[in-house]
Amino acid sequence: MKPGTKLKSAVCDTEVMVIRGGADTVVECGGAPMAEQAPAERKPINADFAQGTRIGKRYVDADGKTELLCVKAGQGSLAISGVLLQTKDAKPLPSSD
Amino acid sequence: MNISLVLQMAADAEPERIGLVCAGRRWSYGALLQAARAAAADIASSGCSHVALLDESSAAAAIALFGAALAGVPYVPLNYRLADLDLASLLSRIAPAYLVGDAERIERVDPDLGHRILSRTAFLTTAAASATLSSMDEPAEDIAVQLFTSGTTAAPKAAILRHANLLSYILGTIEFGAAGEEEAALVSVPPYHIAGIAALLSSVYAMRRILLLPAFDPDDWLNLASSERATYAFLVPTMLGRVIARLDAGAPADLSAMRAITYGGGRMPTELIERALALFPKTAFTNAYGLTETSSTIALLGPAEHRDALCSADPDVRARLGSVGRPLPTVQVEIRDEDGRPLPVGERGEIYVRGEQVSGEYRERSALDAAGWFPTRDAGWLDAEGFLFLAGRADDVIVRGGENISPGEIEDVLLTHTAIADAAAVAVPSAEWGETVGVAVVVRPGSPAPEEEQLRALVRSRLRSSRVPERIAFLDALPYNEMGKLLRREIRELFKG
Repeated sequence: MKPGTKLKSAVCDTEVMVIRGGADTVVECGGAPMAEQAPAERKPINADFAQGTRIGKRYVDADGKTELLCVKAGQGSLAISGVLLQTKDAKPLPSSD
Repeated sequence: MNISLVLQMAADAEPERIGLVCAGRRWSYGALLQAARAAAADIASSGCSHVALLDESSAAAAIALFGAALAGVPYVPLNYRLADLDLASLLSRIAPAYLVGDAERIERVDPDLGHRILSRTAFLTTAAASATLSSMDEPAEDIAVQLFTSGTTAAPKAAILRHANLLSYILGTIEFGAAGEEEAALVSVPPYHIAGIAALLSSVYAMRRILLLPAFDPDDWLNLASSERATYAFLVPTMLGRVIARLDAGAPADLSAMRAITYGGGRMPTELIERALALFPKTAFTNAYGLTETSSTIALLGPAEHRDALCSADPDVRARLGSVGRPLPTVQVEIRDEDGRPLPVGERGEIYVRGEQVSGEYRERSALDAAGWFPTRDAGWLDAEGFLFLAGRADDVIVRGGENISPGEIEDVLLTHTAIADAAAVAVPSAEWGETVGVAVVVRPGSPAPEEEQLRALVRSRLRSSRVPERIAFLDALPYNEMGKLLRREIRELFKG
Protein backbone atom coordinates (compact mmCIF):
# COMPACT_ATOMS: atom_id res chain seq x y z
CA MET A 1 0.00 0.00 0.00
CA LYS A 2 1.66 3.17 -1.22
CA PRO A 3 1.18 6.31 0.90
CA GLY A 4 -1.47 8.43 -0.76
CA THR A 5 -3.37 5.45 -2.19
CA LYS A 6 -7.10 5.69 -1.66
CA LEU A 7 -9.04 2.60 -0.77
CA LYS A 8 -12.80 2.25 -1.07
CA SER A 9 -15.13 0.08 0.92
CA ALA A 10 -17.03 -2.75 -0.74
CA VAL A 11 -19.92 -2.44 1.74
CA CYS A 12 -20.43 1.31 2.41
CA ASP A 13 -19.30 4.88 1.56
CA THR A 14 -16.06 4.61 3.56
CA GLU A 15 -12.94 5.77 1.82
CA VAL A 16 -9.48 5.90 3.38
CA MET A 17 -6.11 7.29 2.32
CA VAL A 18 -3.03 5.28 3.18
CA ILE A 19 -0.58 7.23 5.34
CA ARG A 20 1.59 4.19 6.03
CA GLY A 21 1.22 0.52 5.32
CA GLY A 22 2.90 -2.76 4.41
CA ALA A 23 3.07 -3.97 0.81
CA ASP A 24 0.84 -7.02 1.34
CA THR A 25 -1.52 -5.61 3.91
CA VAL A 26 -5.20 -6.00 3.08
CA VAL A 27 -7.52 -3.59 4.84
CA GLU A 28 -11.11 -4.65 5.39
CA CYS A 29 -14.15 -2.49 5.88
CA GLY A 30 -17.40 -3.93 7.21
CA GLY A 31 -15.85 -7.38 6.91
CA ALA A 32 -14.90 -7.14 3.21
CA PRO A 33 -11.54 -6.25 1.64
CA MET A 34 -11.13 -2.63 0.47
CA ALA A 35 -9.81 -1.82 -2.99
CA GLU A 36 -8.89 1.16 -5.14
CA GLN A 37 -12.12 0.66 -7.08
CA ALA A 38 -15.47 0.15 -5.39
CA PRO A 39 -17.31 -2.92 -6.70
CA ALA A 40 -20.23 -2.38 -9.06
CA GLU A 41 -22.55 -3.95 -6.53
CA ARG A 42 -22.17 -3.46 -2.79
CA LYS A 43 -21.56 -6.47 -0.62
CA PRO A 44 -23.53 -7.01 2.59
CA ILE A 45 -21.98 -5.57 5.73
CA ASN A 46 -20.78 -7.96 8.45
CA ALA A 47 -22.63 -6.96 11.63
CA ASP A 48 -19.48 -7.53 13.72
CA PHE A 49 -17.74 -4.78 11.74
CA ALA A 50 -20.48 -2.16 11.56
CA GLN A 51 -19.62 0.52 14.12
CA GLY A 52 -18.84 3.01 11.35
CA THR A 53 -15.90 5.17 10.33
CA ARG A 54 -15.47 8.89 11.05
CA ILE A 55 -14.13 11.40 8.56
CA GLY A 56 -10.77 12.92 9.48
CA LYS A 57 -9.91 10.20 12.00
CA ARG A 58 -6.70 8.24 11.70
CA TYR A 59 -6.90 4.49 12.12
CA VAL A 60 -3.92 2.40 13.20
CA ASP A 61 -3.17 -1.25 13.85
CA ALA A 62 -1.69 -2.44 17.16
CA ASP A 63 1.94 -2.39 16.05
CA GLY A 64 1.63 0.97 14.26
CA LYS A 65 2.70 -0.44 10.89
CA THR A 66 -0.50 0.64 9.21
CA GLU A 67 -2.02 4.09 9.41
CA LEU A 68 -5.05 5.21 7.43
CA LEU A 69 -6.87 8.52 7.22
CA CYS A 70 -10.61 8.26 6.79
CA VAL A 71 -11.51 10.72 4.03
CA LYS A 72 -15.15 9.65 3.67
CA ALA A 73 -17.26 8.20 6.44
CA GLY A 74 -19.38 5.05 6.21
CA GLN A 75 -21.15 2.34 8.23
CA GLY A 76 -18.40 -0.27 8.18
CA SER A 77 -15.53 -0.64 10.63
CA LEU A 78 -11.91 -0.94 9.55
CA ALA A 79 -9.92 -4.07 10.31
CA ILE A 80 -6.88 -6.05 9.20
CA SER A 81 -7.21 -9.87 9.26
CA GLY A 82 -10.36 -9.50 11.33
CA VAL A 83 -8.71 -7.33 14.00
CA LEU A 84 -10.35 -3.93 14.40
CA LEU A 85 -8.19 -0.86 13.87
CA GLN A 86 -8.15 1.80 16.58
CA THR A 87 -8.41 5.55 16.17
CA LYS A 88 -5.22 7.41 16.87
CA ASP A 89 -5.53 10.45 19.11
CA ALA A 90 -2.96 13.03 18.08
CA LYS A 91 -1.63 15.39 20.71
CA PRO A 92 -3.12 18.73 19.72
CA LEU A 93 -0.66 21.44 18.70
CA PRO A 94 -1.38 25.14 18.89
CA SER A 95 -2.40 26.70 15.55
CA SER A 96 0.59 28.00 13.66
CA ASP A 97 -0.64 29.59 10.42
CA MET B 1 -1.85 12.66 -2.73
CA ASN B 2 -3.46 15.97 -3.57
CA ILE B 3 -4.13 19.01 -1.37
CA SER B 4 -7.63 19.33 -2.82
CA LEU B 5 -8.46 16.51 -0.38
CA VAL B 6 -8.51 19.16 2.37
CA LEU B 7 -11.41 21.06 0.78
CA GLN B 8 -13.18 17.90 -0.38
CA MET B 9 -13.26 16.55 3.16
CA ALA B 10 -14.57 19.80 4.63
CA ALA B 11 -17.23 20.05 1.91
CA ASP B 12 -18.16 16.42 2.43
CA ALA B 13 -18.44 16.78 6.22
CA GLU B 14 -20.40 20.06 6.30
CA PRO B 15 -21.18 21.51 2.85
CA GLU B 16 -23.35 24.33 4.19
CA ARG B 17 -20.93 25.57 6.84
CA ILE B 18 -19.30 28.94 6.11
CA GLY B 19 -15.62 28.42 5.38
CA LEU B 20 -14.51 31.80 4.07
CA VAL B 21 -15.55 35.41 4.49
CA CYS B 22 -14.02 38.08 2.26
CA ALA B 23 -15.17 41.57 1.32
CA GLY B 24 -18.59 40.92 2.79
CA ARG B 25 -19.22 37.71 0.83
CA ARG B 26 -19.60 34.41 2.65
CA TRP B 27 -18.58 31.12 1.04
CA SER B 28 -19.65 27.70 2.32
CA TYR B 29 -17.26 24.76 1.95
CA GLY B 30 -19.64 23.31 -0.62
CA ALA B 31 -19.64 26.56 -2.63
CA LEU B 32 -15.84 26.80 -2.46
CA LEU B 33 -15.46 23.24 -3.71
CA GLN B 34 -17.90 23.80 -6.57
CA ALA B 35 -16.04 27.00 -7.53
CA ALA B 36 -12.69 25.17 -7.40
CA ARG B 37 -14.09 22.39 -9.62
CA ALA B 38 -15.41 24.86 -12.19
CA ALA B 39 -12.07 26.72 -12.12
CA ALA B 40 -10.23 23.40 -12.51
CA ALA B 41 -12.22 22.58 -15.63
CA ASP B 42 -11.27 25.92 -17.19
CA ILE B 43 -7.62 25.57 -16.09
CA ALA B 44 -7.38 22.07 -17.55
CA SER B 45 -8.89 23.14 -20.87
CA SER B 46 -6.49 26.11 -21.11
CA GLY B 47 -3.51 23.80 -21.47
CA CYS B 48 -1.42 26.20 -19.34
CA SER B 49 1.60 24.89 -17.43
CA HIS B 50 1.06 27.00 -14.29
CA VAL B 51 -1.77 28.79 -12.50
CA ALA B 52 -0.55 32.16 -11.26
CA LEU B 53 -2.13 34.80 -9.06
CA LEU B 54 -1.14 38.47 -9.23
CA ASP B 55 -3.54 39.95 -6.74
CA GLU B 56 -4.26 40.80 -3.15
CA SER B 57 -5.97 38.17 -1.01
CA SER B 58 -9.52 37.33 -1.96
CA ALA B 59 -11.73 34.28 -2.41
CA ALA B 60 -10.09 34.00 -5.86
CA ALA B 61 -6.80 33.05 -4.16
CA ALA B 62 -8.42 30.11 -2.35
CA ILE B 63 -10.31 29.02 -5.47
CA ALA B 64 -7.16 29.26 -7.61
CA LEU B 65 -5.15 27.23 -5.06
CA PHE B 66 -7.67 24.39 -4.90
CA GLY B 67 -8.68 24.67 -8.56
CA ALA B 68 -5.07 24.33 -9.68
CA ALA B 69 -4.66 21.29 -7.42
CA LEU B 70 -7.78 19.63 -8.84
CA ALA B 71 -6.56 20.30 -12.39
CA GLY B 72 -3.10 18.99 -11.54
CA VAL B 73 -1.32 22.25 -12.42
CA PRO B 74 1.20 23.94 -10.08
CA TYR B 75 -0.09 27.09 -8.36
CA VAL B 76 2.25 30.11 -8.39
CA PRO B 77 1.09 33.14 -6.41
CA LEU B 78 3.22 36.14 -7.42
CA ASN B 79 4.32 39.13 -5.40
CA TYR B 80 2.29 42.03 -6.80
CA ARG B 81 4.69 44.49 -5.18
CA LEU B 82 7.50 43.50 -7.55
CA ALA B 83 8.81 46.05 -10.05
CA ASP B 84 7.64 45.52 -13.65
CA LEU B 85 11.00 44.20 -14.87
CA ASP B 86 11.24 41.59 -12.12
CA LEU B 87 7.64 40.57 -12.67
CA ALA B 88 8.20 40.16 -16.41
CA SER B 89 11.14 37.88 -15.74
CA LEU B 90 9.06 35.66 -13.44
CA LEU B 91 6.15 35.59 -15.91
CA SER B 92 8.48 34.36 -18.64
CA ARG B 93 9.55 31.48 -16.38
CA ILE B 94 6.00 30.17 -15.93
CA ALA B 95 4.66 30.62 -19.46
CA PRO B 96 2.16 29.76 -20.63
CA ALA B 97 0.36 30.52 -17.39
CA TYR B 98 -3.30 30.75 -16.42
CA LEU B 99 -3.03 34.18 -14.80
CA VAL B 100 -5.56 35.58 -12.37
CA GLY B 101 -5.60 39.14 -11.04
CA ASP B 102 -4.20 42.38 -12.37
CA ALA B 103 -4.91 41.62 -16.05
CA GLU B 104 -4.13 45.13 -17.21
CA ARG B 105 -0.65 45.05 -15.69
CA ILE B 106 0.15 41.57 -17.00
CA GLU B 107 -0.83 42.61 -20.52
CA ARG B 108 1.36 45.68 -20.26
CA VAL B 109 4.37 43.88 -18.75
CA ASP B 110 4.38 40.58 -20.61
CA PRO B 111 1.98 40.54 -23.55
CA ASP B 112 3.22 37.79 -25.88
CA LEU B 113 3.85 34.55 -24.04
CA GLY B 114 0.59 32.77 -24.65
CA HIS B 115 -0.75 33.32 -21.15
CA ARG B 116 -4.45 33.05 -20.48
CA ILE B 117 -5.19 36.22 -18.52
CA LEU B 118 -8.27 36.74 -16.34
CA SER B 119 -9.20 39.60 -14.07
CA ARG B 120 -10.35 38.56 -10.60
CA THR B 121 -13.96 39.23 -11.64
CA ALA B 122 -13.61 37.17 -14.82
CA PHE B 123 -12.08 34.31 -12.83
CA LEU B 124 -14.88 34.36 -10.25
CA THR B 125 -17.42 34.35 -13.08
CA THR B 126 -15.69 31.30 -14.58
CA ALA B 127 -15.71 29.65 -11.16
CA ALA B 128 -19.43 30.32 -10.82
CA ALA B 129 -20.18 28.16 -13.88
CA SER B 130 -21.58 24.70 -13.29
CA ALA B 131 -18.66 23.16 -15.19
CA THR B 132 -16.62 20.44 -13.62
CA LEU B 133 -13.65 18.35 -14.69
CA SER B 134 -14.63 15.47 -16.94
CA SER B 135 -12.27 13.12 -15.13
CA MET B 136 -12.29 13.29 -11.35
CA ASP B 137 -9.30 10.96 -11.12
CA GLU B 138 -6.49 12.29 -9.02
CA PRO B 139 -4.05 14.07 -11.34
CA ALA B 140 -0.54 12.68 -11.63
CA GLU B 141 1.20 16.05 -11.15
CA ASP B 142 2.89 16.08 -7.78
CA ILE B 143 3.93 19.75 -7.54
CA ALA B 144 1.22 21.67 -5.70
CA VAL B 145 2.77 25.09 -5.25
CA GLN B 146 5.71 27.00 -6.65
CA LEU B 147 6.87 30.08 -4.76
CA PHE B 148 9.56 32.42 -6.01
CA THR B 149 12.00 33.36 -3.27
CA SER B 150 12.68 37.06 -2.90
CA GLY B 151 16.25 36.62 -4.18
CA THR B 152 17.32 39.95 -5.55
CA THR B 153 21.05 39.89 -6.30
CA ALA B 154 20.66 36.59 -8.10
CA ALA B 155 17.53 35.56 -9.97
CA PRO B 156 14.75 34.49 -7.58
CA LYS B 157 14.71 30.74 -6.97
CA ALA B 158 11.55 28.78 -7.72
CA ALA B 159 10.88 26.78 -4.56
CA ILE B 160 8.55 23.87 -5.15
CA LEU B 161 6.25 22.22 -2.65
CA ARG B 162 4.80 18.86 -3.56
CA HIS B 163 1.32 17.74 -2.60
CA ALA B 164 2.94 15.19 -0.29
CA ASN B 165 4.96 17.90 1.52
CA LEU B 166 1.98 20.17 2.17
CA LEU B 167 -0.43 17.35 3.03
CA SER B 168 2.02 15.79 5.43
CA TYR B 169 2.33 19.17 7.19
CA ILE B 170 -1.44 19.61 7.41
CA LEU B 171 -2.22 16.01 8.45
CA GLY B 172 0.66 16.01 10.93
CA THR B 173 -0.30 19.22 12.74
CA ILE B 174 -4.07 19.60 12.52
CA GLU B 175 -7.02 17.53 13.66
CA PHE B 176 -9.67 17.46 10.95
CA GLY B 177 -12.78 19.50 11.73
CA ALA B 178 -11.52 20.32 15.23
CA ALA B 179 -12.75 23.92 15.16
CA GLY B 180 -16.07 24.86 16.72
CA GLU B 181 -18.70 26.76 14.70
CA GLU B 182 -17.70 30.02 16.40
CA GLU B 183 -14.02 29.78 15.51
CA ALA B 184 -12.71 32.20 12.92
CA ALA B 185 -9.14 32.87 11.77
CA LEU B 186 -8.20 36.34 10.62
CA VAL B 187 -5.77 35.94 7.72
CA SER B 188 -3.82 39.05 6.72
CA VAL B 189 -0.59 37.66 5.28
CA PRO B 190 -0.16 38.07 1.52
CA PRO B 191 -1.26 35.20 -0.74
CA TYR B 192 2.23 34.82 -2.25
CA HIS B 193 3.80 34.00 1.13
CA ILE B 194 4.01 30.42 2.43
CA ALA B 195 2.10 31.55 5.52
CA GLY B 196 -0.76 32.66 3.25
CA ILE B 197 -0.93 29.23 1.60
CA ALA B 198 -0.62 27.36 4.89
CA ALA B 199 -3.33 29.53 6.46
CA LEU B 200 -5.84 28.51 3.79
CA LEU B 201 -5.01 24.80 4.02
CA SER B 202 -4.85 24.65 7.84
CA SER B 203 -8.04 26.58 8.43
CA VAL B 204 -10.06 24.61 5.87
CA TYR B 205 -8.83 21.30 7.32
CA ALA B 206 -9.61 22.40 10.88
CA MET B 207 -12.91 23.78 9.50
CA ARG B 208 -12.17 27.11 11.08
CA ARG B 209 -13.85 29.96 9.20
CA ILE B 210 -11.33 32.11 7.30
CA LEU B 211 -11.70 35.88 7.54
CA LEU B 212 -9.62 37.07 4.63
CA LEU B 213 -8.24 40.60 4.68
CA PRO B 214 -7.28 41.77 1.15
CA ALA B 215 -4.11 43.43 2.44
CA PHE B 216 -2.87 44.22 5.93
CA ASP B 217 -3.87 47.51 7.47
CA PRO B 218 -4.07 47.80 11.27
CA ASP B 219 -7.44 49.57 11.30
CA ASP B 220 -8.98 47.17 8.78
CA TRP B 221 -7.58 44.31 10.83
CA LEU B 222 -9.15 45.64 14.04
CA ASN B 223 -12.48 46.26 12.30
CA LEU B 224 -12.69 42.79 10.81
CA ALA B 225 -11.52 41.12 14.04
CA SER B 226 -14.20 43.01 15.96
CA SER B 227 -17.14 42.67 13.58
CA GLU B 228 -16.58 38.97 12.80
CA ARG B 229 -15.43 38.11 16.33
CA ALA B 230 -12.16 36.53 15.18
CA THR B 231 -10.90 33.91 17.60
CA TYR B 232 -7.46 33.50 16.05
CA ALA B 233 -4.93 35.42 13.98
CA PHE B 234 -1.47 34.99 12.54
CA LEU B 235 0.69 38.11 12.36
CA VAL B 236 4.25 38.95 11.50
CA PRO B 237 5.83 40.94 14.36
CA THR B 238 5.65 44.21 12.40
CA MET B 239 1.88 43.79 11.97
CA LEU B 240 1.44 43.02 15.65
CA GLY B 241 3.40 46.18 16.52
CA ARG B 242 1.12 48.26 14.30
CA VAL B 243 -2.03 46.76 15.75
CA ILE B 244 -0.78 47.55 19.25
CA ALA B 245 0.14 51.09 18.21
CA ARG B 246 -3.43 51.67 16.97
CA LEU B 247 -4.88 50.26 20.19
CA ASP B 248 -2.57 52.51 22.20
CA ALA B 249 -3.79 55.45 20.11
CA GLY B 250 -7.36 54.62 21.13
CA ALA B 251 -8.62 52.93 17.95
CA PRO B 252 -12.01 51.33 18.69
CA ALA B 253 -11.88 47.54 18.82
CA ASP B 254 -13.47 44.55 20.52
CA LEU B 255 -10.94 41.74 20.63
CA SER B 256 -12.73 39.86 23.41
CA ALA B 257 -13.19 36.80 21.17
CA MET B 258 -9.48 36.58 20.27
CA ARG B 259 -8.32 33.41 22.03
CA ALA B 260 -5.03 32.91 20.26
CA ILE B 261 -2.48 34.81 18.23
CA THR B 262 0.45 33.25 16.43
CA TYR B 263 3.37 35.27 15.18
CA GLY B 264 6.29 34.44 12.94
CA GLY B 265 8.08 35.42 9.77
CA GLY B 266 10.70 37.62 11.40
CA ARG B 267 12.45 38.51 14.62
CA MET B 268 10.07 39.44 17.44
CA PRO B 269 11.51 42.22 19.60
CA THR B 270 11.32 41.14 23.26
CA GLU B 271 9.78 44.46 24.31
CA LEU B 272 6.98 43.96 21.76
CA ILE B 273 6.03 40.43 22.84
CA GLU B 274 6.14 41.45 26.52
CA ARG B 275 3.85 44.38 25.72
CA ALA B 276 1.50 42.08 23.77
CA LEU B 277 1.34 39.54 26.60
CA ALA B 278 0.47 42.32 29.04
CA LEU B 279 -2.12 43.88 26.72
CA PHE B 280 -3.86 40.55 25.95
CA PRO B 281 -3.62 38.58 29.19
CA LYS B 282 -6.26 36.06 28.10
CA THR B 283 -4.89 35.45 24.62
CA ALA B 284 -2.68 32.42 23.97
CA PHE B 285 0.46 33.43 22.08
CA THR B 286 2.42 31.06 19.87
CA ASN B 287 5.64 31.73 17.99
CA ALA B 288 5.95 29.73 14.78
CA TYR B 289 9.17 29.31 12.85
CA GLY B 290 9.30 27.94 9.35
CA LEU B 291 10.43 28.52 5.81
CA THR B 292 8.92 28.35 2.35
CA GLU B 293 10.99 25.23 1.65
CA THR B 294 9.63 23.48 4.76
CA SER B 295 5.90 23.94 3.96
CA SER B 296 5.60 26.52 6.76
CA THR B 297 6.05 25.80 10.48
CA ILE B 298 8.80 23.49 11.77
CA ALA B 299 9.11 24.75 15.37
CA LEU B 300 6.68 26.21 17.88
CA LEU B 301 6.86 28.13 21.13
CA GLY B 302 3.43 27.46 22.59
CA PRO B 303 1.23 29.53 24.91
CA ALA B 304 2.23 27.77 28.14
CA GLU B 305 5.90 28.14 27.27
CA HIS B 306 5.39 31.88 26.71
CA ARG B 307 3.82 32.34 30.14
CA ASP B 308 6.35 30.04 31.84
CA ALA B 309 9.22 32.01 30.34
CA LEU B 310 7.67 35.33 31.26
CA CYS B 311 7.10 34.30 34.88
CA SER B 312 10.33 32.42 35.47
CA ALA B 313 13.16 33.60 37.70
CA ASP B 314 15.54 31.19 35.95
CA PRO B 315 17.37 33.20 33.26
CA ASP B 316 17.62 30.13 30.97
CA VAL B 317 13.85 29.63 31.07
CA ARG B 318 13.19 33.35 30.72
CA ALA B 319 15.43 33.46 27.67
CA ARG B 320 13.07 31.05 25.90
CA LEU B 321 10.71 33.94 25.26
CA GLY B 322 13.27 34.83 22.62
CA SER B 323 13.34 31.30 21.16
CA VAL B 324 11.16 29.76 18.46
CA GLY B 325 10.30 26.86 20.73
CA ARG B 326 10.73 23.20 19.97
CA PRO B 327 10.61 21.32 16.66
CA LEU B 328 7.28 19.74 15.66
CA PRO B 329 7.08 16.03 16.58
CA THR B 330 7.13 15.25 12.84
CA VAL B 331 10.40 17.04 12.03
CA GLN B 332 14.01 16.68 13.09
CA VAL B 333 16.32 19.64 13.64
CA GLU B 334 20.12 19.63 13.85
CA ILE B 335 22.66 22.41 14.23
CA ARG B 336 25.75 21.90 12.09
CA ASP B 337 29.05 23.63 11.56
CA GLU B 338 30.32 24.91 8.22
CA ASP B 339 31.57 21.46 7.30
CA GLY B 340 28.17 19.92 7.97
CA ARG B 341 29.16 18.24 11.27
CA PRO B 342 26.50 18.22 14.01
CA LEU B 343 27.23 20.67 16.84
CA PRO B 344 26.52 20.10 20.54
CA VAL B 345 23.87 21.91 22.58
CA GLY B 346 24.45 25.63 22.95
CA GLU B 347 26.75 26.03 19.97
CA ARG B 348 25.74 28.28 17.12
CA GLY B 349 25.70 26.91 13.60
CA GLU B 350 23.43 26.42 10.61
CA ILE B 351 19.97 24.97 11.18
CA TYR B 352 19.30 21.75 9.26
CA VAL B 353 15.85 20.19 9.12
CA ARG B 354 14.39 16.91 7.89
CA GLY B 355 10.85 15.57 7.60
CA GLU B 356 8.10 14.71 5.12
CA GLN B 357 6.90 18.31 4.98
CA VAL B 358 10.40 19.52 4.05
CA SER B 359 10.75 19.95 0.31
CA GLY B 360 14.10 21.76 0.16
CA GLU B 361 13.64 21.71 -3.57
CA TYR B 362 13.88 24.28 -6.32
CA ARG B 363 12.94 23.94 -9.98
CA GLU B 364 16.62 23.98 -10.78
CA ARG B 365 17.93 21.62 -8.09
CA SER B 366 17.25 20.02 -4.73
CA ALA B 367 19.11 21.45 -1.74
CA LEU B 368 18.59 18.27 0.31
CA ASP B 369 21.68 16.26 1.22
CA ALA B 370 21.93 12.52 0.63
CA ALA B 371 20.20 11.76 3.95
CA GLY B 372 17.33 14.16 3.26
CA TRP B 373 18.47 17.08 5.44
CA PHE B 374 17.73 20.62 4.29
CA PRO B 375 20.25 23.35 5.12
CA THR B 376 18.05 26.33 5.96
CA ARG B 377 20.79 29.01 5.71
CA ASP B 378 19.41 30.25 9.02
CA ALA B 379 21.83 30.32 11.92
CA GLY B 380 20.84 29.20 15.39
CA TRP B 381 21.39 26.97 18.39
CA LEU B 382 19.50 24.54 20.61
CA ASP B 383 19.38 24.75 24.40
CA ALA B 384 19.51 21.78 26.78
CA GLU B 385 15.71 21.32 26.65
CA GLY B 386 15.62 21.37 22.87
CA PHE B 387 14.43 24.97 22.44
CA LEU B 388 15.61 26.47 19.17
CA PHE B 389 17.09 29.97 19.10
CA LEU B 390 17.62 31.86 15.85
CA ALA B 391 20.80 33.85 15.35
CA GLY B 392 20.38 35.72 12.10
CA ARG B 393 20.59 34.46 8.60
CA ALA B 394 23.54 32.45 7.50
CA ASP B 395 23.60 34.57 4.37
CA ASP B 396 23.06 37.97 5.98
CA VAL B 397 19.72 38.74 4.43
CA ILE B 398 17.97 41.66 6.14
CA VAL B 399 14.45 40.73 7.19
CA ARG B 400 12.46 43.94 7.42
CA GLY B 401 8.87 43.39 8.48
CA GLY B 402 8.88 39.86 7.06
CA GLU B 403 10.35 41.08 3.76
CA ASN B 404 13.74 39.66 2.83
CA ILE B 405 16.21 42.24 1.61
CA SER B 406 19.51 41.23 0.14
CA PRO B 407 22.30 43.63 1.21
CA GLY B 408 23.86 43.38 -2.23
CA GLU B 409 21.12 45.24 -4.06
CA ILE B 410 21.47 48.28 -1.78
CA GLU B 411 25.26 48.17 -1.95
CA ASP B 412 25.17 48.06 -5.74
CA VAL B 413 23.08 51.22 -5.87
CA LEU B 414 25.28 53.08 -3.38
CA LEU B 415 28.37 52.15 -5.37
CA THR B 416 26.96 53.95 -8.41
CA HIS B 417 27.52 57.23 -6.53
CA THR B 418 30.76 58.76 -7.78
CA ALA B 419 31.93 59.68 -4.27
CA ILE B 420 31.35 56.19 -2.74
CA ALA B 421 34.29 53.80 -2.81
CA ASP B 422 32.83 50.95 -0.74
CA ALA B 423 29.51 50.13 0.88
CA ALA B 424 27.96 47.45 3.09
CA ALA B 425 24.32 47.05 4.10
CA VAL B 426 23.43 45.17 7.29
CA ALA B 427 20.46 44.51 9.48
CA VAL B 428 19.87 46.92 12.35
CA PRO B 429 17.52 45.75 15.13
CA SER B 430 14.25 47.69 15.02
CA ALA B 431 11.28 47.57 17.37
CA GLU B 432 8.92 48.41 14.50
CA TRP B 433 10.27 46.24 11.69
CA GLY B 434 12.24 43.52 13.47
CA GLU B 435 15.17 44.59 11.37
CA THR B 436 15.83 47.62 9.25
CA VAL B 437 18.62 48.66 6.90
CA GLY B 438 21.88 50.24 8.08
CA VAL B 439 24.68 51.04 5.67
CA ALA B 440 28.37 51.73 6.19
CA VAL B 441 30.02 53.65 3.37
CA VAL B 442 33.58 54.67 2.54
CA VAL B 443 34.05 57.99 0.73
CA ARG B 444 36.47 58.06 -2.19
CA PRO B 445 39.66 59.92 -1.22
CA GLY B 446 39.56 63.47 -2.52
CA SER B 447 35.76 63.45 -2.95
CA PRO B 448 33.51 65.51 -0.73
CA ALA B 449 31.35 63.33 1.53
CA PRO B 450 27.75 63.19 0.24
CA GLU B 451 24.89 64.19 2.53
CA GLU B 452 22.99 61.30 4.17
CA GLU B 453 19.77 62.49 2.54
CA GLN B 454 21.44 62.39 -0.86
CA LEU B 455 22.32 58.70 -0.40
CA ARG B 456 18.79 57.89 0.79
CA ALA B 457 17.35 59.68 -2.25
CA LEU B 458 19.64 57.63 -4.49
CA VAL B 459 18.43 54.33 -3.02
CA ARG B 460 14.82 55.52 -3.10
CA SER B 461 15.12 56.41 -6.78
CA ARG B 462 16.28 52.91 -7.71
CA LEU B 463 14.72 50.50 -5.23
CA ARG B 464 11.58 49.97 -3.22
CA SER B 465 11.21 52.22 -0.21
CA SER B 466 11.86 49.34 2.22
CA ARG B 467 15.49 49.39 1.03
CA VAL B 468 16.14 52.99 2.04
CA PRO B 469 18.69 52.90 4.88
CA GLU B 470 17.53 54.10 8.25
CA ARG B 471 21.08 54.42 9.59
CA ILE B 472 24.19 55.55 7.68
CA ALA B 473 27.76 55.45 8.99
CA PHE B 474 30.81 56.94 7.26
CA LEU B 475 33.95 54.84 7.80
CA ASP B 476 37.57 55.14 6.69
CA ALA B 477 37.55 51.52 5.56
CA LEU B 478 35.22 48.50 5.83
CA PRO B 479 36.40 45.56 7.95
CA TYR B 480 37.57 42.57 5.90
CA ASN B 481 39.20 39.34 7.01
CA GLU B 482 42.43 37.98 5.56
CA MET B 483 40.48 36.11 2.89
CA GLY B 484 38.90 39.33 1.69
CA LYS B 485 35.54 38.44 3.21
CA LEU B 486 33.56 41.37 4.52
CA LEU B 487 32.95 41.09 8.27
CA ARG B 488 29.33 42.13 8.35
CA ARG B 489 29.10 41.17 11.99
CA GLU B 490 31.48 44.02 12.90
CA ILE B 491 29.38 46.49 10.95
CA ARG B 492 26.24 45.28 12.68
CA GLU B 493 27.96 45.82 16.03
CA LEU B 494 28.63 49.39 14.99
CA PHE B 495 24.92 50.13 14.72
CA LYS B 496 24.05 48.53 18.03
CA GLY B 497 25.46 51.42 20.03
